[in-house]
Amino acid sequence: MMLKWIPLLPLIGFTINGFWYALIQCRPGAKKAGAGIPGLIATTMIFLSFLISLRVFFYLKGQPEDARLVEEHLFSWMKVGDFNLEMALRIDSLSTLFTLVITGVGTLIHLYSIGYMGHDATPGKFFAYLNLFCFAMLMLVMGSSLPILFLGWEGVGLCSYLLIGYWYQDTEKASAGKKAFIANRVGDFGFILGMFLIYTHFGTLEFGKITELLGKSEFTTLLNPTAVTATCLLLFLGCTGKSAQIPLYVWLPDAMAGPTPVSALIHAATMVTSGIYMLARLNLLFSLSHTAMTVIAVIGALTALLAATIAIAQNDIKKVLAYSTVSQLGYMFLACGVGAYGAGVFHVITHAFFKALMFLGAGSVIHGMHEEQDIMKMGGLKSKMPVTFVTFLVGWIAISGIPPFAGFFSKDEILWNTFAGPHASKFLWAIGLFTAMLTAFYMTRMFYLTFMGTPRFNEAAMGANGHGHHDDHGHDHGHSDDHGHGHGPKGVHESPALMTIPLVVLAVLSIVGGFIGIPHHSWLEHWLEPVIPGHAEGAFSVGETGELVLMIVSVLAAAGAIAYAWKTYTNLKSAEARKKKHAKLHEALENKWYVDEAYEATFIQPIYELSVKLWKGFDVGVIDRIVLGFGRVSQWTGQAARTLQTGSIQVYAIMLLFGLVMTLAYLIKGFM
Amino acid sequence: MEWFNSHLLTGLTFLPLVWAAVGTLLPEKTVKHWAFAGSIVVFLLSLKLYTGYDPQGAEFQFLESAEWIPGLGVNYSLGMDGISMWLILLTTFLSPLVILSSYQGVEDREKSYYTLLLALQTGMTGAFVAMDTFLFYVFWEAMLIPMYFLIGIWGGKERIYAAMKFFIFTMVGSLLMLVAIFFLAYQHKLQFGNFSTALLDLYKVKLDGAGYFSTQGLLFLAFALAFAIKVPLFPLHTWLPDAHVQAPTAGSVILAGVLLKMGGYGFIRFAFPLFPQAVATYQHTFLILGSIAIVYGAWVAMVQPDMKKLVAYSSVSHMGYVVIGLFALNSIGATGSVYQMLNHGISTPALFLMVGMLYERRHTKEIKEYGGITKVMPLFAVAFMIATLSSVALPGTNGFVGEFLILLGAFKANPGLAVLATTGVIFGAVYMLWMFQRVMFGPLTNPENKKLKDLSLREACVLTPLLVAMIVMGVVPNFFFEKMETSVAKLLERTGKVEMVAQTAIRKDGK
Repeated sequence: MMLKWIPLLPLIGFTINGFWYALIQCRPGAKKAGAGIPGLIATTMIFLSFLISLRVFFYLKGQPEDARLVEEHLFSWMKVGDFNLEMALRIDSLSTLFTLVITGVGTLIHLYSIGYMGHDATPGKFFAYLNLFCFAMLMLVMGSSLPILFLGWEGVGLCSYLLIGYWYQDTEKASAGKKAFIANRVGDFGFILGMFLIYTHFGTLEFGKITELLGKSEFTTLLNPTAVTATCLLLFLGCTGKSAQIPLYVWLPDAMAGPTPVSALIHAATMVTSGIYMLARLNLLFSLSHTAMTVIAVIGALTALLAATIAIAQNDIKKVLAYSTVSQLGYMFLACGVGAYGAGVFHVITHAFFKALMFLGAGSVIHGMHEEQDIMKMGGLKSKMPVTFVTFLVGWIAISGIPPFAGFFSKDEILWNTFAGPHASKFLWAIGLFTAMLTAFYMTRMFYLTFMGTPRFNEAAMGANGHGHHDDHGHDHGHSDDHGHGHGPKGVHESPALMTIPLVVLAVLSIVGGFIGIPHHSWLEHWLEPVIPGHAEGAFSVGETGELVLMIVSVLAAAGAIAYAWKTYTNLKSAEARKKKHAKLHEALENKWYVDEAYEATFIQPIYELSVKLWKGFDVGVIDRIVLGFGRVSQWTGQAARTLQTGSIQVYAIMLLFGLVMTLAYLIKGFM
Repeated sequence: MEWFNSHLLTGLTFLPLVWAAVGTLLPEKTVKHWAFAGSIVVFLLSLKLYTGYDPQGAEFQFLESAEWIPGLGVNYSLGMDGISMWLILLTTFLSPLVILSSYQGVEDREKSYYTLLLALQTGMTGAFVAMDTFLFYVFWEAMLIPMYFLIGIWGGKERIYAAMKFFIFTMVGSLLMLVAIFFLAYQHKLQFGNFSTALLDLYKVKLDGAGYFSTQGLLFLAFALAFAIKVPLFPLHTWLPDAHVQAPTAGSVILAGVLLKMGGYGFIRFAFPLFPQAVATYQHTFLILGSIAIVYGAWVAMVQPDMKKLVAYSSVSHMGYVVIGLFALNSIGATGSVYQMLNHGISTPALFLMVGMLYERRHTKEIKEYGGITKVMPLFAVAFMIATLSSVALPGTNGFVGEFLILLGAFKANPGLAVLATTGVIFGAVYMLWMFQRVMFGPLTNPENKKLKDLSLREACVLTPLLVAMIVMGVVPNFFFEKMETSVAKLLERTGKVEMVAQTAIRKDGK
């Protein structure tokens, strides 16, 4: 097989665009280039990678169930004694789905970016980063061992950092990138220790061998349960960083500072789902620790709820989507926590479709509105941006959980497992259901405020505004705005075909994507069985009638929330009045429950102050004083300075040498 | 060829000095080219060490020996194993880059400057190849003199203070080592009938090693003090930030790139095999100090207003990893440590060189004077980013391989401390990325920065080999491991730690 080409092609694309940027674009006075050529190179690479992924998928499909695994050994990465880490790739029924989503959705987003970044000053850099991201993401899901997964894990973190801070001249954006990297590093701290524990207990870091050991009951019964729980929780700490869960989710909303296609690809469809991938990959391990599973389920449910409450009060269209992503990721962890890894993966896939769709739709709106992101200043875009409107409508229904759109099936699968699965919890189910209502509510709010009603902006002023602060930076790189200004027609306009085609494709996928996981006939669950063992017959505590009732309940809840939100925002004035009535609550929501401020006060500030004290108090105040007191440096310095300043270094050097020789002579004589 | 091989180490050691001596006859303005050519010749010669060294062969190779002070059993004997080979190659690799980087920054007393640089190289190479403890001591001290002058003459405003501080710390440390060397030679006479300072002879000396203050314990401390100061290990690190800030760029590069490695190398070659029981006794003391150094260095680095000081404290943190890897006393940790020494010898010099390049343009190292530099120096930004990533140990760069192995090794030795040390991966990212952001990102507001020129061809030539090395060492570390594997195994064997077969599962009973 040609597995290596799947990650290698984007890496080649990165190299081409990277060198083009560094050697040609960086030169002073280099001509400004369009996004066409670099975009085409990058898109071609990821598209070819998609084709190979497809081929691998069909190859696997043609194999008998227990033989659906392709491995490819590249070279030995680190070999120290009996610790041998192979650089090897591995695709099985789980990772093939991820490679398809990454390269497939990735191709669409690359294509979209050619339009979106059309007027960017450094397209070579942008597409190089985008390709590098795809490379790292593919390594993450294709790596045959934890360290290779970690290579991808940190690699995607790097690209996320670089792309969030892509418009680096804006301090806020640069800070957001740094925050993302550091929050992820906190998680990686757990990941690394988790790896070490696995190595101590399993003697290997390779997935194949770990899974094999976990399959043997004579091995698993001998494992120390405390160590297993610790391992799982440490690895999960890594997931809370990468997949934005409590307590480390705070970076993701800020990450919206990056260009919108980046938000769609990295911060919605792929990177942030890495945590789910890791849980699914090691599901046999996690299932051994009841404590860890409970923690994961509870954190997932709470994150889903917390983020959904915040999303209600956000006015920035991308912020709403960001909190919605955090919330949906919470659902996925809830699924894993109740043992329904397959449902988690299912939601990863459908979410990749509808959330990428909504982000790209939001990008199209922002593009058409000349960098406006505040939904309170939108309204009535329905007729002005028809394609964006229709596709966004699909995304909205899909995420709200209305059948037969994709989001309904996956979310319902999660709720069903939470209610009736082997690790069921009625309480968490109630949180999940309530969150589903909140989701339908805030999504309707956003959808209505953006596309319906009457415009709340001055169209004549649109576009003219964009030209204003454009002269400042000239055509140099580093625009601090979403993309170059002074282009396109004035007024609100629909986006070009390069951007709307991906929207249409994703909209179709958001409609039909759910059919891979229809209850009781789930192709997906069956497909994943070699990696994620299915539940035994009778594992569910509620029969089919109950299942149907639950389904109806959740659909009614979603529909009710939609209707309520629709009614509320049709009359904006009364909505405002209601907001005033609950001003305190609204303020807390708008300020994201003050979590950032709390972190600042409890961790960042104290460590900073302590560090200053250590430096000035301990280094300078204690150690230097002791040592320099010994040497009476002040006197020496005076003399030495005079010697040096008279220019007679040679004299001094000779004296030193002389001293050394005399000492030697003395010693030798003394001993002889 | 035989003759050539058996004198190669002497040649590599003294050629720079001889070259410098010839250089003093040349006109002032041509000396830099002469020095550069010399460093290239030495580098090419040193490649012969790589091709000639056989990891399956004798423990020490390229041996040569001559009598020096017979009465004391002191010999001029040189030799090299797989660990010192890489450190020598690191030295000869950095030397041309350092000289090339000085072309523009140094205009004052060029002849003395390049002479001292080459003399310093002789001292460093000599210390890495000395197979006699006394000879090692001579080279060890000899390195001090050129470095002292490099800081004292071409340094910044507080250069005299910094040079003296550097001198006092290192001198004080090494005096006890000298005493310990003679004590060992005397013990050899008691046990074998003759004085000897030859390392391989001293390895055989038997000493009482029970307890913290046994003979071994005290001798170990005498050596360890000298090496710990050089590393520099918390809390003996305070000379480093001052020395770095005041030193000229080339001084900082060599200090960080090679001199600090002397500390780690000293533990490997001398303190560990000479006093194995004491090493076991003090293992956890050093694991604790190393772990503290990692976190302490990172925290203090975070609050530095001066770029060079920040990088200096980052060295304290990074060299803390070297210490805990060595004192993990297992092959994963020790290999990681040797590798980390090489990594640090690549990435920190790159950072110092780049700070130097900014300094040459703006004559300040204050972080707050910069901001938004990416806009005017985009190529520099790329290079700076790669070096930053190497420093924060991103997988795919050299830093990761070293830190990963060290932490894994330390985890096997002492999981609790390894947890503390692993927090270094968080704080390491904090100070580096924060500096990067404040220097490179944000709006370009300072008018003095608006006209800065991007990297010149010469500067790009200085940085490229380092940047390439960061990636290559991150992707194919085995290329380096292959040559040092047996030497690391031998080190552990001498330290009395023959590794057991890896435990495959921890049982419920905790064994």
